[in-house]
Amino acid sequence: MDVIDLDRVLVPTTEPELDEAMRAGARPIAGGTWFFSERRQGSPVAVDLTRMGWPVLERTGDGIRLAATATMRELQLLPVAGMPAARIFAAVVERLLGGWKIHRVATVGGNIALGLPAGPMTSLFAGLDADAVIQGPGGAERRMPVGDFVGGALRPALDPGELLRAISVPAATLAGRAGFRRGVLIPKGRSGVFAVAHLDTRGRYVHAVTAATPHPHVLRFDAVPDAATLRAAIDDAVGDDWLDDPHGAPDWRRAMSLRFAESIRRQLESGGDPDPAEATNGWW
Amino acid sequence: MAIRFEVNGVPQTGEPRPGQVLRTLLRDHGAFEVKKGCDAGDCGACTVDLDGEAVHSCITPAYRADGARVTTAAGLGTPESPHPVQRAFLEAGGYQCGFCTPGMVVTAAHLDDEAIASAREGDWDAAHRHLKGNYCRCTGYRSIRDAVTGIVNTGDAATASSVGTAARPPAGARVVTGREPYTLDLDTTGVLHLAVLPSPHAHARIRSIDTRAAEGMPGVVAVLTHRDSPATLFSTGRHESRLDDPDDTLVLDTVMRHIGQRVAAVVAESPAEAERAAAAIVVDYEVLPAVFDPDEARLPGAPLLHGEKTDARLADPARNTVAESAAERGDVERALATAHVVVGDTFRTGRVTHAALETHGARGWLDDDGRLVIRSSTQVPYLVRDEVARIIGWDPSRVRVFAARVGGGFGGKQELLTEDLVALAVLKTGRAVQLEYARPDQFVRAPLRHPMKVSVRMGADADGTITAIDVDHLMDTGAYGNHGVGVMYHAISESIALYRVANVRVHAQSVYTNNPPSGAFRGYGLGQVIFAIESAVDELARRLGVDPFELRRRNVVVPGDLIRTTDEGEPDDIAYDGAHGAGQVLDLVEAALAESQSADADAAPPGWLVGTGVALAMIATIPPRGHIGNAVARLLPGGEVEIEVGTAEFGNGTTTVHAQLAATLLGTTLDRVRIRQSDTDVAGHDTGAYGSTGVVVAGKALHRALTEVREIVRARVAGASPGAVPPEPDFGPGVVRVGEAEFTYDELLASGPVESHGFHDGRPRTVAFNCHGIRVAVDADTGEVRILSSVQAADAGTVLNPEQLRGQIEGATAQGIGTALYEEVLVRDGAVVNPVFRGYRVPKITDVPPTRVLFADTSSDLGPFGAKSMSEAPYNPVAPAIANAIRDAIGVRPTELPAGYDRVWRLLHPDG
Repeated sequence: MDVIDLDRVLVPTTEPELDEAMRAGARPIAGGTWFFSERRQGSPVAVDLTRMGWPVLERTGDGIRLAATATMRELQLLPVAGMPAARIFAAVVERLLGGWKIHRVATVGGNIALGLPAGPMTSLFAGLDADAVIQGPGGAERRMPVGDFVGGALRPALDPGELLRAISVPAATLAGRAGFRRGVLIPKGRSGVFAVAHLDTRGRYVHAVTAATPHPHVLRFDAVPDAATLRAAIDDAVGDDWLDDPHGAPDWRRAMSLRFAESIRRQLESGGDPDPAEATNGWW
Repeated sequence: MAIRFEVNGVPQTGEPRPGQVLRTLLRDHGAFEVKKGCDAGDCGACTVDLDGEAVHSCITPAYRADGARVTTAAGLGTPESPHPVQRAFLEAGGYQCGFCTPGMVVTAAHLDDEAIASAREGDWDAAHRHLKGNYCRCTGYRSIRDAVTGIVNTGDAATASSVGTAARPPAGARVVTGREPYTLDLDTTGVLHLAVLPSPHAHARIRSIDTRAAEGMPGVVAVLTHRDSPATLFSTGRHESRLDDPDDTLVLDTVMRHIGQRVAAVVAESPAEAERAAAAIVVDYEVLPAVFDPDEARLPGAPLLHGEKTDARLADPARNTVAESAAERGDVERALATAHVVVGDTFRTGRVTHAALETHGARGWLDDDGRLVIRSSTQVPYLVRDEVARIIGWDPSRVRVFAARVGGGFGGKQELLTEDLVALAVLKTGRAVQLEYARPDQFVRAPLRHPMKVSVRMGADADGTITAIDVDHLMDTGAYGNHGVGVMYHAISESIALYRVANVRVHAQSVYTNNPPSGAFRGYGLGQVIFAIESAVDELARRLGVDPFELRRRNVVVPGDLIRTTDEGEPDDIAYDGAHGAGQVLDLVEAALAESQSADADAAPPGWLVGTGVALAMIATIPPRGHIGNAVARLLPGGEVEIEVGTAEFGNGTTTVHAQLAATLLGTTLDRVRIRQSDTDVAGHDTGAYGSTGVVVAGKALHRALTEVREIVRARVAGASPGAVPPEPDFGPGVVRVGEAEFTYDELLASGPVESHGFHDGRPRTVAFNCHGIRVAVDADTGEVRILSSVQAADAGTVLNPEQLRGQIEGATAQGIGTALYEEVLVRDGAVVNPVFRGYRVPKITDVPPTRVLFADTSSDLGPFGAKSMSEAPYNPVAPAIANAIRDAIGVRPTELPAGYDRVWRLLHPDG
């Protein structure tokens, strides 16, 4: 829809131009698939990040760095050889409520920076315990776990002038194995429950409770926990904070979160790859 | 920033506003085929090709089109030379209202050959993923799948013009190529736009409104408040008799009764200027106590919504009661006390939004004669004309209301929601003004399906005769009483009269709350009560150990039985005529479910619970108390036939049937039939397109007009064979032959017009039946429900267009599946929680399984060529059939709709 309270949209191609726009308080637009979908108040200036030319994938010393502006489609097509955990990327993108026309435009960073409980990129990268790379004025960078970055509906941990620049995933995670399972109230619909876990090459086990709670709960273990430990950890972490919204009732969300956590745990523990299929596959 | 781009090969330049999206930029350049369904990237109706990629143009910033080539549906092909995908949609009949079609065909044109080849082999995964971002509310998607794989379901004018054939809608070629203009597909040059300030409070009185800031803002032409509102009370709900609905509404009121109600409106040069100015209106409210639970609303001491309206035809304004009915035939308590088996439960249904892809909208202007003209997305142009004239105090002859092709209705457009405000704005400014609802407005301001609570007790004797039915019904009509009377009375009629029962007691109450208004929805109240009744019958069958089909056969009304609930006497205008349609539809569904049993068992995921359910529904073929149709038919010079009908086309396909009637009775082909419709300047009064009357009332009136035209022709050619008994004229396309003599229309018209008028008043009426059968698999661990088999049999009388009727039933089934499993407008403390499609679950192409459609072999003397109405009816049995199947699978009965996966899971795991 037309956003009616903008005076200017800047489309920078260099870091200084971007820095200037951000200092002016501009609202970032990436794909725009959410920005243009709802009315909201904000700065009269917006900045479109899609011409910055940030490389989709950078290999760093300790893993990979994905540009916030990488589209879902680019994530799907990412070469994942040598990164077994990344094999779930493509399947997670398919879980986005929006279809392929959205995948070509919507971005990894945009999905996370919305701060929505049901963002599949939030689920994915919280479950991989990736870092959000935050760029501030002058290009200064800081990092925090994606699970901490998303604080609840539309509340990313960004200070004024900051934007989400990239997602950084450690090599030990990518070389391990990951799995997810999703609960929805309609096939291929918006997530009500999104459980993601991974077992890294150092034996560390991380489970993220997402979509079922206002913000991700990331549970880290030095080794694969047993069923009771994982269950207790989830209940301890979440308490009564199960979401009650149109995408599922809180009691169902708790039960599904516990069930899916255990199913992924068992598969990762047994050394197999978790079944990337979700409970709902549609009619055929 | 100036940009250059190409639209369908034509270079364009533009200066998009900051924040403007491609959709509105394209429409500013006349590309009206780029539709607005949601304006939020959810529904796909605005899809265009941008440099070779399909995009949702409503979420694509306009500046990204700089230097780009844009292709819309209109650029893919023309009616004369459609794109292969457009031809496939035309031939498959892959559309009904057609509002989603331009976006659908652009998206489908991007399907790769591999996906299509897989779909042809039965593997739909890739094609479904490709199309899941394009909603269609009408078809149920089967015909869209057929378009994808190239299945031809319809014939052209040469092969399919008469009744009984799968004729194509006359607008078909225009619809699939984006040429068909809908309500607001008009140039906006010089047109003013309305924006509404919504109430933030569920119940409040306006102490003061300060509009000064708004009036001074750029582009603002006028601000309308309650001070501008006529004092005439009316109802947004429209019926043949305006007295059917309570007069409880003002164009702009001083009291707010629900969140989202109009507080004031701004008229400005652009939609954005109007919206910004509306936000600048300062209102001081006195917040009043509100009530949201209809059970509480009817108790003494509850806040009263319309307590002062003692002459608005309300049953009891002091108890928030719009309508109430209590009656008994026989002695229900005694019958239940002596019954062999008694069952009982309380059933609840949620709010549903119609989700017609075209939102409400209207444009008004003054014509050269000073008449007020309103072009509106309405099912009832005549009724809107009459009431708008009444509100503004004009003679109806000075007001004209018409509808172009309407982008879906489902009952939601049997309302006066935009036209009153548009009329006021036109009169205030003297200029053309339009009001277009945004998708969230459809959730918070347009009426929703009535939520109901229905308690049923039912008793039967040992041999399975139902001896007593006791129904206690309560419905939340929301803040206004539009349809709050009619829906209540309809809800408790055919749903109960379906069975021949000696003792019947019904209490029903329709109650105001400070929730969003409820209104007419496909089925008009029946579906909610049928869910309760058919669940109770199913339970009775279980308790008696009788097959559910057999129990229904034993108790259902048969020809000759009275169609009644609590009345002692014989109803005066309705009877079960013709063959035993109810018996036939039960037999057809039972046989079909038996056939699919082993395949379903194979298809069920391992470990899932499998169950079968059935439900039966009856509906009167025409609403009670009169439904008027007028029609005109005439021969035109040059060999064409022209027909005028008042009723509207919103994808129901009645226009196709009307053209088929003309083609059949005058021996011509569809391409020689011109149609003028849904305009208060044509035909004469028409009650409108509701109550499934397009065929049996408007069509019947047209049938009479056409028959009379035949008589005029017969008389005019009688002289061709003097002396003998004149032979029956042979009607051919554009010619009439009598023996050796052949007359062109020009020759026939030489001695004066050949024209006649037909009328039908909607009486008497009969009943029609629908039976739905469902087999489900349920995952006990998650509550997921998967439909394995879906079959519906319909007692439609003579089927005038089998492909269209199939489409009506499939579309109704898809809507029924949504109601049963997925869709609910959640309202908390009067506020809609999920007023956008992404928070609501309209079934996508991936969510609707195929439904086998079967027709009973019946005929009614009341409809044209023996047809019965069949538009709302197929929706009604779907949800109870699904609920009964879930019960069969899991052993616990769902009593609340939607029976979402979380609720089904809870039935199985009551302790978490």
